[in-house]
Amino acid sequence: MSGTEWETVVGLEVHCELKTATKLFCGCANSFGDEPNTNVCPVCLGLPGSLPVLNEGAVERAMRIGAALHCEVHPSVFHRKNYFYPDMPKDYQISQYDEPINVGGWLDLPDGFRVGIVRAHLEEDTGKTSHLGGDGRIHGADYSLVDYNRAGVPLVEIVSEPDIRSAAQARAYASELRAVLVAVDASDGRMEEGSLRVDANVSVRPAGSDTFGTRCEIKNLNSLRSLGRAIEHEAARQVALLESGEAVVQQTRHWDEAAARTVPLRSKEEAFDYRYFPEPDLVPLAPDAGWQAAVAGSLGLLPAQRRARLLALLDGAGDGEVSAAQADQVSAVVDQGLDDLVVAAVSGGAPARLALARAANEVAADVEAGRRLPVADFTKLVSMEGDGKLSASQSKEVLGELLGAGGGDPEAIAGQRGFEAMSADSVVAIVNEVVAAHPDEWGRFAGGDQKLMGFFVGAIRERAGSSFDGKAVSAELRRRLQEA
Amino acid sequence: MSAPRGDGTREAGGDGPAGALRIAAAVRAGERSARSVVEEALSAVASGDSDLHAFVTVTADAALAAADEVDRAVAEGRDPGPLAGVPVALKDNLCTRGVPTTCASRILEGWRPPYDATVVDRLAAAGAVAVGKTNMDEFAMGSSTENSCFGPTRNPHDRTRVPGGSSGGSAAAVAAGFVPLALGSDTGGSIRQPAALCGVVGMKPTYGLVSRYGLVAFASSLDQIGPFATSVADAAHLLGVIAGHDRADSTSLPDPDPRPDFAASVGRGVEGRRVGLCLELVEGCAPDVVARVRRAAEDLEAAGAEVSEISVPEFRLGLSAYYLIAPAEASSNLARYDGVRYGLRVDGPDVAAMNTATRTAGFGPEVKRRIMLGTYALSAGYYDAYYGKAQRVRTLMVEAFARAYRQVDVLLGATAPSTAFPIGERVDDPLAMYMSDVCTIPSNLAGHPAISVPYGAGDDGLPVGVQVLAPALGEELLFSVAAALEAAAPAGGGPGAAAPVGSGGPEGAGR
Repeated sequence: MSGTEWETVVGLEVHCELKTATKLFCGCANSFGDEPNTNVCPVCLGLPGSLPVLNEGAVERAMRIGAALHCEVHPSVFHRKNYFYPDMPKDYQISQYDEPINVGGWLDLPDGFRVGIVRAHLEEDTGKTSHLGGDGRIHGADYSLVDYNRAGVPLVEIVSEPDIRSAAQARAYASELRAVLVAVDASDGRMEEGSLRVDANVSVRPAGSDTFGTRCEIKNLNSLRSLGRAIEHEAARQVALLESGEAVVQQTRHWDEAAARTVPLRSKEEAFDYRYFPEPDLVPLAPDAGWQAAVAGSLGLLPAQRRARLLALLDGAGDGEVSAAQADQVSAVVDQGLDDLVVAAVSGGAPARLALARAANEVAADVEAGRRLPVADFTKLVSMEGDGKLSASQSKEVLGELLGAGGGDPEAIAGQRGFEAMSADSVVAIVNEVVAAHPDEWGRFAGGDQKLMGFFVGAIRERAGSSFDGKAVSAELRRRLQEA
Repeated sequence: MSAPRGDGTREAGGDGPAGALRIAAAVRAGERSARSVVEEALSAVASGDSDLHAFVTVTADAALAAADEVDRAVAEGRDPGPLAGVPVALKDNLCTRGVPTTCASRILEGWRPPYDATVVDRLAAAGAVAVGKTNMDEFAMGSSTENSCFGPTRNPHDRTRVPGGSSGGSAAAVAAGFVPLALGSDTGGSIRQPAALCGVVGMKPTYGLVSRYGLVAFASSLDQIGPFATSVADAAHLLGVIAGHDRADSTSLPDPDPRPDFAASVGRGVEGRRVGLCLELVEGCAPDVVARVRRAAEDLEAAGAEVSEISVPEFRLGLSAYYLIAPAEASSNLARYDGVRYGLRVDGPDVAAMNTATRTAGFGPEVKRRIMLGTYALSAGYYDAYYGKAQRVRTLMVEAFARAYRQVDVLLGATAPSTAFPIGERVDDPLAMYMSDVCTIPSNLAGHPAISVPYGAGDDGLPVGVQVLAPALGEELLFSVAAALEAAAPAGGGPGAAAPVGSGGPEGAGR
């Protein structure tokens, strides 16, 4: 098979922790990073006799995700997925199986590539086990501690079709999906806190083949970087196997980030028999048409729509093509949720490119402050810069103060800092005064002694104080030299 | 309340001196103190229960404190509740805050729930006083109360015999006169069958009428909490207190408006009611039991009901469907007893070994048998053939009931195929034990209410229960028919007929 061109085929399962106030089946706080085992109650600890009650807010967020991914909402049923694990309090997980809430759909990547969505279903998260002693893995650990704060936190699992064809595309999908989940207020999108967790189903096949190869599921992908690297390594491993005449064995594999390789967890034969059956403690879930319509209508703009909106503003400004750097700025501003600020500033009269640049650079450096920044103040600042009332560096400095203080009048701040541009009359008047006060120096200067330029500029700066505008002063001096 | 009498006279339940309604009325009127009522109950348990073993935990201090609170309410002119001062016994699968809740299993050794079941809260709010937790078959799996890590409960009518099960402790506690009321749980007959064998009233409500929050699950889609009492009126009152929607149980039904008055339905009579004597619910029953059921049908006819015979062949499928669905759910419900968080832990070299060692030591043989049955029924490749098919039978059962209820208003049959059997007789023959529930299972599968009413004695002098079945939410109908039966019931076998404590009782002649 050597010399064959191989195609990588990837399907992703993304687990998204929903940003609800409380857990999926009880009233405990859904909160990351608290003291272990403080956000627990009989229900999420699975104490005997306790029963689950479905969180309406979680259902609504699941429906928002479905609507954003163009899924259909179906009447759905919760099932029990049975297996023993110490961080799962009931030793079964309440999940959705063959009747999930969201069915079918797609996600368009920024480059226009469309990835199909199989389903996006609701389920509960497990607790978190820490293995102490040994090498930190379950085998060889001296003992283990379980934190059940996460047990029962609502998750939506989004399963893609195996439409993805490269590691880069997988990263683009995960990144765009993350942006969508944040945009619909379903997730905080924090991969480093485990809010988004990705499993990748990877297989390879000869390019042009229309049948799939044997796949392996890769777990423990905690960042976009891990996702990309793991897919590349796993695809290479499979290609090497096939090229040496061996077969790929269907397995679940674990990505070892430090060693940069995947290692087997369990084979298909060792796969759990989850013994799914309908959860008898819950009733079927069937959101009515009114609720579905209300959710779909409350979605707001999705990242793709937001990018398109900014690009249209740049196009409409009539000052040239959108550069690659500006397109990157558009993506960054949308990712950071600062695009509304730019759009509002432009509609308030600020120049589009300048508003985008200030948002993508200075405001993006402190996004939290950026969200508090009054639109009117930002608009005024960018307009002043656009009108030449402030230089670029002055504008950045004033913006820094606006961000730090949570707003203010840019004109007043510029004034305090002496950034007011000098009026043409005052430039002429001050130059007149200074020339009159130093007739000898002026004579030598007019006679061609260029060194005296610095002397006059310095003297004028001293007299003009904070309103000094170097550019305007040197222009006036040159004009008078020519007259002289 | 005095210790049970051995004079063989039938006590008139709710109207008698020991009936719950009479006690509550006296306490509310300030004629009796709740403390004196509860002290009598506690002393009856103390003197009589070492022999019967109906209780596994007696909460004397808490009961007296609760009684004093009722007395204080009366003294201060506050409403002490409709069950003021009435002692109740709770099956030990109902969670009680700070009080051991064992399900008669070693695996829950040492566990004290941090919360009360909804029914326990509602009883307390109604002024009832819980005096203790009663023995049961482990995790409610059994029909004799022999599958208990604490050892068996004995039948107050004959101490060599079982009280039935799984709520045998609650049935025996009421039959012995320790308490006028008790709660049990009924998954396949676990209230009605022991009620029949102990000669008391036992009722399983419509699925969803009573909150299951705090009932340790056996088979979630079948489990339902219900009352034991010495009279139909008392049972209706107790149901009225514990029934009603509960947000904490998603399968709990919404409250109808107006809410039904179960107690008021008791005196309505059966004039014109269509009663179907169900052939499948007497099929295979002992002749003396069948004779009592037929007598009950005649008595109802005499009271004005229209009685006919009816056949519901689907009922024959109930037992086999039940023994797939209930173990399947149980295999999942009981997975959580893994030694990690509470109860028994038997250590091992790793988590999996600890799980296995804990479960091996903690569960009794019947529980293990059902976990294995259920795990098998749900496993890949067998699901459709077993669990799936059993669910289809369940649908058939609902349809069969619906057809029957187009012809009649209620169904009549035996509660249990025989009177109380000797302790030890069926412990090595699970199928014979499972047959004890053949008449009660159809109502659980359909989620319908049913009641067992004492109807005299069998040839052996032991109680026989007659069962009335009604459609979903037909509780008022059920109580009205049950009350008519109660009024007509022959002497013997009923409440108050239990042998005196310590007498040993009759020796099971005639079996």
